[in-house]
Amino acid sequence: MSDPALAAPEAVTRGGSRRIPSWLLGIGPLVLLALAVALFLRAGPVGVFTQAFPPVEELTIERVALPEPGLLEISVVNGGPEAVTIAQVFVDDASWVHSVGGDRTVDRLERRKIRVPYPWVEGEPHTVTLITSTGLTFSETIAVAVETPRADARYLSTFALLGTYAGVIPVLLGLLWLPFLRRLDRRWLDFFLALTVGLLIFLGVDALVEAFDTSARVAGAFQGTGLILLGLVGTPLVLAGLGSYRRESGAGRTPLYVATLVAVAIGLHNLGEGLAIGSSYATGEIALGTFLVVGFLIHNTTEGLGIVAPLGSERPGLGRLLALGAIAGVPTVIGAWIGGFSSSPLWTTLFFAIGAGAIVQVVFELGRLLVRGSAGRALSPLNAAGVLAGLMIMYATGIIVGG
Amino acid sequence: MSANDSGARRALEQPITRRKLLAAGAIGGVGLATGGSALALQTRSASPAEHATHHDMMAVGDIRPGAFDPTAYLTQFDYGKESRLPSGQVLREYELVAEDREIEVAPGVFYPAWTYNGQVPGPTIRCTEGDRIRVRFVNRGRHPHSVHFHGIHPANMDGAFEMVPPDGSYTYEFDAEPAGLQLYHCHTVPIKRHIHKGLYGVFIIDPPGGRPPARELVMMMNAFDTNFDNENEIYAVNTVAFHYQKYPIQLRKGELTRVYLVNITEFDLLNSFHLHGNFFRFYRTGTDLERFEWTDVATLAQGERCVLEFTYKHTGPFMFHAHQSEFAELGWSGIFDVREAPHV
Repeated sequence: MSDPALAAPEAVTRGGSRRIPSWLLGIGPLVLLALAVALFLRAGPVGVFTQAFPPVEELTIERVALPEPGLLEISVVNGGPEAVTIAQVFVDDASWVHSVGGDRTVDRLERRKIRVPYPWVEGEPHTVTLITSTGLTFSETIAVAVETPRADARYLSTFALLGTYAGVIPVLLGLLWLPFLRRLDRRWLDFFLALTVGLLIFLGVDALVEAFDTSARVAGAFQGTGLILLGLVGTPLVLAGLGSYRRESGAGRTPLYVATLVAVAIGLHNLGEGLAIGSSYATGEIALGTFLVVGFLIHNTTEGLGIVAPLGSERPGLGRLLALGAIAGVPTVIGAWIGGFSSSPLWTTLFFAIGAGAIVQVVFELGRLLVRGSAGRALSPLNAAGVLAGLMIMYATGIIVGG
Repeated sequence: MSANDSGARRALEQPITRRKLLAAGAIGGVGLATGGSALALQTRSASPAEHATHHDMMAVGDIRPGAFDPTAYLTQFDYGKESRLPSGQVLREYELVAEDREIEVAPGVFYPAWTYNGQVPGPTIRCTEGDRIRVRFVNRGRHPHSVHFHGIHPANMDGAFEMVPPDGSYTYEFDAEPAGLQLYHCHTVPIKRHIHKGLYGVFIIDPPGGRPPARELVMMMNAFDTNFDNENEIYAVNTVAFHYQKYPIQLRKGELTRVYLVNITEFDLLNSFHLHGNFFRFYRTGTDLERFEWTDVATLAQGERCVLEFTYKHTGPFMFHAHQSEFAELGWSGIFDVREAPHV
């Protein structure tokens, strides 16, 4: 387009529409769209739709809390296209007295809390059912009834301890492999980098599957799948953008930078994991057995190894290492805290997707490191074995956690 | 049965009782499932403090005024337009109109019903054995329907094969027999849906000499599959869940009470009636005036019915409910409020 002779005729043909300002050209279709919507709503065939079809109602029970003995608290959101009126509440197939915090008619995207004075039985399952004015029912089952933790010192310290065991300690232990890694030659260092790639791929897929699992419980209007896409695609884009900004400012893609990226990605994954642990505990879906914590301890030690693998030829200070460990491990604690009192499937889905997205970016960065170090032979038999070994380690230690 | 009608009116004209028992309704729901007894309910509902604290929790609300009134239905009997045939036989003429109508089956829960004369159950048709019955049936619904009476009658009066198309009509005519408690319902296929959508009613054929004088109540045990998953969500007697728990039925101590009990519940194999603090004479199908069983639970399969007779020895609120606890907790429970007989 640098040739003025070629550019000139085009300028002439476009000259006609130049008289209209470009902001108007940009906004014009939007105005027409708004007009079309208004026209449809006022005079369009909406009447036909509402007559021909039964009302579309969609209530999502996001959470059933048991704040004290003899009380259930149901959090509900209307993720459907139309307002829904909650008529009655059943608990375990019994119609129960209750109070709704606000109007019984829940508009689109509105939330309600319903308090039901029900003598729930500790350790046993209960099912709550909301019946709407049209007779449709929406149910949610509490797998094992346990009193919902309150944000008191005991709960916070329990989960701080749990998060420390499941997230912080294993990551720090993993970091202790650094002196060992330093003694390895280039080829074996690459093997451990490849192993880290394997670990991360496993974690990434794990996070993605978790995201899809919880997305099934996200209210329709909030589009669980859309949230996953935002997290999965958006996160690597943001991280890559930050990376290129860093390079422009002369910092370059140092091993420490890659290690930090790994720590951030693992931290984001662990935040999702913490949310899941906290909310599962709060809703009685997991009992926090010793075995589970031991499982997480072993499973997550590999995450520490992943962080230090890029640092095989570096000499980072102790403070820096601890910082890396904290970035990766502490989010487990924070996630468990949040998840315990106020998790919603929406946030859990989003954070798992962000974790998966971060891992995509990190795997890409690690791949670059491998390519740079091995003169084009990134997937040497040894490196391939490393990826496979990473997957197998995660699989084997995952058996202890038991899904 | 003008005596019964005025009895019902009396019952409705006692606002104090009604308010008191509103609270009892709230507590009753809790007390029942926690294994609470009628005694516990009585003592708790007597406390005004309980009333205040439980009032807010009565968020279950009430049905729309002007809708079908289960309390009135208890004692509404349609004897038809009475005349005599040249032979001297009594002729009773009735009209049943099938129409689609949305009904309220629990406070705030609406159900797209098919009805006889706009109500579920349909009107209670009553006559005496040997009367000539003539029922003109008009179908104003959007599906074909019929009326199938239980009893002894010619094949073409059975409502099983002659389906009446929308805007069509048919006249059923037969002699009422045998004496007992019968019922009528639509027999159009799919029968399951035509019944659970609401096309049924009670059909009482009195024995020629009548039954002993009593306070008479009609109770149809029915249920509603509001989300159409072939399981019931709401259970009741006479359609509205917990209605007689909120508005107890007034009885007098020492007064003979007769309940005409019919089970039309779809999807569940059995339904039952259990009376608290009392026993009743259980006349199966009401065809035999002599033999009865002395019990406190009547269990009926779909389409079965019975006549129950009892007299209360004590005053106070007494529950009556399905002894399938699940049905009781999903709406099929009520209260008899038994009081001293007035001093005359």
